[in-house]
Amino acid sequence: MLEAKFEKNLWHFNIEFSLKLDNKILVLCGPSGAGKTTILHCLAGLVSPDTGDICLNNRLLYSSKNKINTAAKDRNIAYLFQNYALFPHMTVKQNVYYGLKSRKARNFNFYVEPIKWLDTFGIKHLQERYPRQLSGGEKQRVALARALAVQPQLLLLDEPFSALDKSNKLNLRQEIKKLHDNWQIPFILVTHDEEDANFLGDIVLEIDQGNIRRMTTKP
Amino acid sequence: MIFHIQDWFPVLLSIKVAFIVVIIVSILGLPLARFMARNNFYGKDIIEAFLTLPLVLPPSVIGYGLLLLIGKNSILGQFLASLGITIIFTWWAVVMASTVVALPLMYQSAKGAFLSVDQNYEKAARTLGASEMRIFFTITLPLAWPGIVAGLVLAFARALGEFGATLMVAGNIPGQTQTIPLAIYFAVAAGDDTTARSLVAIITIFSFFVIYGVNRWAKKQKV
Repeated sequence: MLEAKFEKNLWHFNIEFSLKLDNKILVLCGPSGAGKTTILHCLAGLVSPDTGDICLNNRLLYSSKNKINTAAKDRNIAYLFQNYALFPHMTVKQNVYYGLKSRKARNFNFYVEPIKWLDTFGIKHLQERYPRQLSGGEKQRVALARALAVQPQLLLLDEPFSALDKSNKLNLRQEIKKLHDNWQIPFILVTHDEEDANFLGDIVLEIDQGNIRRMTTKP
Repeated sequence: MIFHIQDWFPVLLSIKVAFIVVIIVSILGLPLARFMARNNFYGKDIIEAFLTLPLVLPPSVIGYGLLLLIGKNSILGQFLASLGITIIFTWWAVVMASTVVALPLMYQSAKGAFLSVDQNYEKAARTLGASEMRIFFTITLPLAWPGIVAGLVLAFARALGEFGATLMVAGNIPGQTQTIPLAIYFAVAAGDDTTARSLVAIITIFSFFVIYGVNRWAKKQKV
């Protein structure tokens, strides 16, 4: 369960965001420059809001009142970047294991069988390749495998389909939906495509100028 | 004889100093460059200008500045003297002079290299639970590597060729502070063409192979 209510002043407008989300897919939809990515950055801890609270599964991650601001690395929130941000100097395997090494060093209580993990995402045959040798769809699968390997409690996806062509996009849209069914954690997805929003979103929030303009909930 | 060197000391000293300088400017320059590439604060431009100053000032000005800083009559110099340490006119003064002139080259190259690294890679690493230290060594440094190697080569070359500031703070003491450039100058002044010619050949060939080797190596490291 994610509960967030925060404000962030940008130079041209203010973001006001409030939300309660259980294990559903929430879509933030709106024109570019509406503040969607900044909202994700605030949730992930890459940017600090000005006031408010962010609480994930009863863990208070940010609270301006209590002066709590958990670092991004300790939030256990996965982030899929717009161009996937796969580390170009590492192979697929090294990319996917990157987060596992961090956690292992700090004795987190889980262990993922690496090869099995790559297989789950259908990227085992790519494990020795570098990101520049992958197609758009393969890149996204690697990025998802990397993000979910650290067993996050929330997955944020920033324009996940913008780098893909139409047929790839329809496939991966389906895959994300399936992934969500298996995973049982909240997903928050940013898009400016209404069709994507309607297909994936259990809840769709239309964002403009940093404010929630309309909320649509699927029955 | 066309080539003949009686005293190998300047050659060994120059190479030793250049390597030490490269290590010092890496330790100082890399964290500084990374910090300045990723942070904005009030007065940053002033610090930037100050860091680049040794690059544009005449070496004699840097030498004189260092004399004022660590000379026998300076506060720092007197403090060090009370501890029994003298820097001036020792080979440590050679290292110091070379470090001051080589640091801006390392700093500028490394800063440019760090700026060229897409910050999304660092952000991605952060959301994957990596510490800032781990991010620096596994993401930022490898991705900035070509630019950093360029900085290292420039710093090495600058340290190897340092003349003016070295002469002022370390003097030209054969067997103690005499580097190749100083030895060449004084050999020419004394009409000893054989020594001058030999040292010129050595420093040219050595520099060529260092730069050539580093470039070859850097190319292989790149994925």
